[in-house]
Amino acid sequence: MSARIFIPLDSAAVALGADDVAQAMAREALARGIALTITRTGSHGMHWLEPLVEVETPTGRTAYGPVKAADVPGLFDAKFLGGGKHGLSVGRVDDHPFIKPQTRLTFARCGRIDPLSIADYRAAGGLKGLAQALKLGPDAILAAVTASGLRGRGGAGFPTGIKWKTVKDAKAGQKYVVCNADEGDSGTFSDRMIMEGDPLAVIEGMVIAGIATGATKGFIYIRSEYPIAVGIMTRAIQHAREARLLGASVMDSPHAFDMEVRVGAGAYVCGEETSLLESLEGRRGQVRAKPPLPAHHGLFGKPTAVNNVISLASVPAILANGADTYKSLGTGRSLGTIPIQLAGNVKHAGLYEAPFGMTLGQIVMDIGGGTASGRPVRAVQVGGPLGAYFPPNLFDTPFDYEAFSAKDGLIGHAGVVVFDDTVDMLRQARFAMEFCAIESCGKCTPCRIGSVRGQEVIDRILKGIEVDAQIALLEDLCSTMKLGSLCALGGFVPYPVLSALTHFPEDFRARPRSLADVA
Amino acid sequence: MPATAWDETRAQAIIDAHKATDGAALPVLHALQAAFGFIADRAIEMVADTLNLSRAEVHGVVSFYHDFRRAPAGAHVLKLCRSEACQAVGADKLAAEVRGALNVDWHETTADGRITLEPVFCLGLCSCAPSAMFDGRPIGRADAKGLTALAQEKPMSGKA
Repeated sequence: MSARIFIPLDSAAVALGADDVAQAMAREALARGIALTITRTGSHGMHWLEPLVEVETPTGRTAYGPVKAADVPGLFDAKFLGGGKHGLSVGRVDDHPFIKPQTRLTFARCGRIDPLSIADYRAAGGLKGLAQALKLGPDAILAAVTASGLRGRGGAGFPTGIKWKTVKDAKAGQKYVVCNADEGDSGTFSDRMIMEGDPLAVIEGMVIAGIATGATKGFIYIRSEYPIAVGIMTRAIQHAREARLLGASVMDSPHAFDMEVRVGAGAYVCGEETSLLESLEGRRGQVRAKPPLPAHHGLFGKPTAVNNVISLASVPAILANGADTYKSLGTGRSLGTIPIQLAGNVKHAGLYEAPFGMTLGQIVMDIGGGTASGRPVRAVQVGGPLGAYFPPNLFDTPFDYEAFSAKDGLIGHAGVVVFDDTVDMLRQARFAMEFCAIESCGKCTPCRIGSVRGQEVIDRILKGIEVDAQIALLEDLCSTMKLGSLCALGGFVPYPVLSALTHFPEDFRARPRSLADVA
Repeated sequence: MPATAWDETRAQAIIDAHKATDGAALPVLHALQAAFGFIADRAIEMVADTLNLSRAEVHGVVSFYHDFRRAPAGAHVLKLCRSEACQAVGADKLAAEVRGALNVDWHETTADGRITLEPVFCLGLCSCAPSAMFDGRPIGRADAKGLTALAQEKPMSGKA
């Protein structure tokens, strides 16, 4: 009998040497005359333990990590293929304190199955949602998705069921489903992880969206910074087509649906839905004014459901388990689970799926384990480059769309980036403006010009020139950008800037300094 | 990314292979850049003619997106993430060290033509920051020593 091990193919694991480990494992097994099957999987999300190697034993899978290629002979010596003890032993992943308390609905299979095996996918509960959708028909699907309380996980939090109903009710010969996989927010990687670790869940969600809305064609727009995800999604679509999950007759039903991958070209703003549609149509990714909504007048002028990857990947489980199960999780109007991504200077960096409602402090300190540097946490940016910086005295804020909004922040795509006490918050405010200036699509003046002026104003504060007057100017500029910008890029960049000013005013009045002081 | 010299017949074949695609401009430009390493002036004319767009429109698309180049890059492209999650663990310092060691600024190519250094805003490797990408290969917990070694001699395998 051949021994079987599992090594992630996830970009983060590969970035830490997973491909080298896989090669070393194959080489060592060959040298020792051991028949070894290596299955590449997604990641469980414990990235500080990557590359995490799991071994199939008679009592289940047991893990070792972080494994380097140089550790491989030692693991064989320790008889790890039989579950032998080694300095890198992690034990059963399911029993790990980072994994055990999670509620994995969307990420239920990620890290467990071969992402490109439809048989594995089906055996692990996949396609139950689609089978149920085919039984229910469009109206009952819409009712279930609406009743589940699912809101757009891209950041805007718009109810998915209502968006789909708008597309369904629009009259047109051709409709589209567009999956927004332009995950540009720093500190977020859940879209990437699910596309690499369970791409069939994304495809299943898109097919269900197609059936519900009457769309027969889908596009998944993936950012070019994710080459591994592009490759896996492309292959998964081919497999799905061969298995007749896509095509003229989805699972032998009268419904037709097919889809293709499109690759972005390095523009943050294309994560904004109308800019993404422009890009898909082959133009500059410039934002469109709304209305008309994409649900009425979207891709190529046709009614289009634009949904985030995680929103779509959450739908199969909602239909398989029922809307009531999903909405029984969470808090207030933030229902279901959210894959929280812990990043930056944090001890336990990775992905943690849980119902909404945990406090920010629990997330950063209990789950994240505080900073990786061991220094005190000073600031936490939630929701990407357009999200607010939270100080530890707001750690009692529950992870919930409305609760974050009430504290002048946003949960966005649920990225949580931790900074220790060496951070200079004036520099972070300046970076927000610099980023906006680099990535602005240029269509509206508050964003295009305001971001450049914002940098200049902050540079004067850095140098200690007329600080009070410049701070007043910065607040005024932020108000203009917030109220006057066409989309969330210019409109939300005041969140990081003003939160830095509100919660860390001392950094705006510190000694004069230049940008080069820290860099 | 082994790019080959400009070949008008091959370029036209690439454009023709994608021209029937809905919203063909980005797929065509990606394919041209993959083949030739950059988007030549002549390529913009040919794309415009084939897709029935004005040259200004195609130029507008090429210049909008960070990925498209108007001139060849060095033999290898090193991208360093400049975003917040990487900043939180020293990306600014790392970038300064790498720029110093390679003696280039952002978007520049080393004097020997080996390495083009580019900033990138997030590689989705925020949980193993600071992150980098060398010719499409992701690198986590990057350090200046590893990156400059990689830049001097591309190893067959092994983490930077």
